[in-house]
Amino acid sequence: MTTLSDPPKSDFRIGMLLSDTRYRSYTFQFIALMAIILSVSYLVSNLLANLDRLGQDLSYEFLGAPAGYDINQQPIPYNSQDTHLRATVVGAMNTLIVAFLACVTATIFGVIAGVLRLSNNWIISKLMSVYVEIFRNIPVLIWLIIIFTITANVFAPIAEFRIPRDGSDPARTLIFGVMAFTNQGVFVPRLTFDAGGMFVFWTFIASIIGIFVYKSYVKKHLFATGKELPFWLPALAILVVPTLVMYLVLGRPVGVQLPEMGRFRFEGGLQLRTSFIALWFALSIYTGAFIAENVRAGILAISKGQTEAAAALGIRPGRIMSLVVLPQALRVIIPPLISQYLNITKNSSLAIAVGYMDLTGTLGGITLNQTGRAIECVLLLMLFYLTISLLISLFMNWYNNSVKLKER
Amino acid sequence: MKKTLFLGALAATTLAASGAFASTLDEVKARGTLNCGVTTGVPGFAEPDANGVWQGFDVAVCRAVAAAVLGDGNAVTFVPTTGKTRFTALASGEIDLLARNTTWTFSRDTDLKFEFVGVNYYDGQGFMVPKDLGVSSATELDGATVCIQTGTTTELNLADFFRSNNISYEPVPIETGSEAVQQYLAGACDVYTTDRSALAAQRANFETPDAHVLLPDVVSKEPLGPLVRHGDNEWGDIARWTLNALITAEELGVTSANLDAESGNPEVNRLLGREGDLGAMIGLDAEWAKRALAVGGNYGEIFASNIGSETPIGLARGLNAQWKDGGLLYSPPFR
Repeated sequence: MTTLSDPPKSDFRIGMLLSDTRYRSYTFQFIALMAIILSVSYLVSNLLANLDRLGQDLSYEFLGAPAGYDINQQPIPYNSQDTHLRATVVGAMNTLIVAFLACVTATIFGVIAGVLRLSNNWIISKLMSVYVEIFRNIPVLIWLIIIFTITANVFAPIAEFRIPRDGSDPARTLIFGVMAFTNQGVFVPRLTFDAGGMFVFWTFIASIIGIFVYKSYVKKHLFATGKELPFWLPALAILVVPTLVMYLVLGRPVGVQLPEMGRFRFEGGLQLRTSFIALWFALSIYTGAFIAENVRAGILAISKGQTEAAAALGIRPGRIMSLVVLPQALRVIIPPLISQYLNITKNSSLAIAVGYMDLTGTLGGITLNQTGRAIECVLLLMLFYLTISLLISLFMNWYNNSVKLKER
Repeated sequence: MKKTLFLGALAATTLAASGAFASTLDEVKARGTLNCGVTTGVPGFAEPDANGVWQGFDVAVCRAVAAAVLGDGNAVTFVPTTGKTRFTALASGEIDLLARNTTWTFSRDTDLKFEFVGVNYYDGQGFMVPKDLGVSSATELDGATVCIQTGTTTELNLADFFRSNNISYEPVPIETGSEAVQQYLAGACDVYTTDRSALAAQRANFETPDAHVLLPDVVSKEPLGPLVRHGDNEWGDIARWTLNALITAEELGVTSANLDAESGNPEVNRLLGREGDLGAMIGLDAEWAKRALAVGGNYGEIFASNIGSETPIGLARGLNAQWKDGGLLYSPPFR
């Protein structure tokens, strides 16, 4: 087959860049692009010229120099002789830890509050309205400081746990012999892993995966045969038995280390510092209020007919929520949830207000200060937060695609 | 290609513009006030009084420089800075002079491109603990929780001290000195560490100062002094010699009370502008030092009225006595 007709070739004239609608938009886009490039390059050249005038340059060599300062919460071993780079990594991990935990708890708070706000019980729904309105209308920094001040003043001073110098009994002791709430933080037991302990740990992780595998098998079996297999008891068995066997076979390689009072504070055990608790709780409860509204909006978006139809089939109210309404509501909830997770991650940089050593505290705080490399540090900070935020978006978008309505 | 050309042209204009930057002295004179960076509030060193007027030992340096340059000790705009913001404020030109308990160190002088004009207080880092903790030396603090003001040299000294003594500690980094004091008083940390002068100053404000002790250990040298930006040596000279004038005046017995009295000492006359033309050499008039001294008096008077033993801060002169009295204050001669 041959082409029947070519579109008539119009003669391009320079004036058509403005007069012809086909080209006009390109002209304006080109002008806008040039304007952006010009203004950005002006700012960059201005920066470089000013740095040059001050006799400074952009250099990341300081990252290899010893940091010289200590960090209290260390997810990886660190001491003051390690490099600024390692201090940066420690700070980044602290950011990720608190952001991850806050995302999880904020979601839990949000879902509970969002569902309960729609409750038919007047008191409960009003209580949830109060929670949402109070927490989302006061800046998170204020909440952070309030919670920090409360924890530092409500919990008993650690001095009361100390053994007095005359050898008498201390005023307070561990609750149930395992944990203590003090104004320096909460001290809890921690697990210690001897040689072989990691095998027990990985067995435990494998067991959890096993439960999900079993769950999908139960579901498949139900759909194939119509018979429901027991779930909870086997699941419990999968969770406990392999780990227990492994633990006993390997000669009890996992122990529990209790906090024990030293000269000044509890040694051993795990310390959840006041700063960490305050930051975690403030971020969760503040963002939880926003998520509650997302959840409420998502549920209200589901037509009432769905609930009524499910009720007509005799499904219990709790199961209507979890099996019919929430799965559909997720499609509405997840896109705004992404931005809430991003908010948590970015808001975690308020940590310095309570002295939690996150990335802004290490790289953007002490390192910046001690080296004076402000521009370099801030550029790195921007890169980190940008990367993390984009990764969260990517993951949540992937999840959103997996739950969204599949149109065939 | 076009872009490169444009960038080049742009860089050229920016450079041309930067060449025309006025000297700090001219800028200050044109502005009519001196922008001076101080702390956000350390009693005795820099703190607004009940009327909102900044008072203190560091503030006095700002006022002396303002009086020397502008003829008015009140022609100062005080810019409160934290440990973190102070250097950026100075480097960016937001302030002309930083008088904020800042330790003179090698890297700050060289790498950060600043110029320390002298030392107005010889200090050392110390520790404060509650008396009932039963500690008599910092080496007994193994395992203690220590509040530190973040962004200062104290953080590094502390790490070095505990590491060299092979003992552990739990650092609690805090943004400002007053928050650190609150945490310390609430018992959230056992020890508060900073320069000993600041410890004494903060303790004076406690409800029960006697319940807290300063440990005898001094873990670092902290020469605190005012600083200016690198590169403007004329401005640096003015700040340096204003500070030296305060110190020399005390050495020569020149006080705010006897500025107009006749003196047979030629150095006094040179200092006060009656002989020679020292003022012209630094771009000021003859009576610059006299005006600087008229604001708060000489170094000794400033010390006594802000942080001396008669004040609630109650600091002894110690290292900060004149060299003739066994201290470290030693100004080069005015000649």
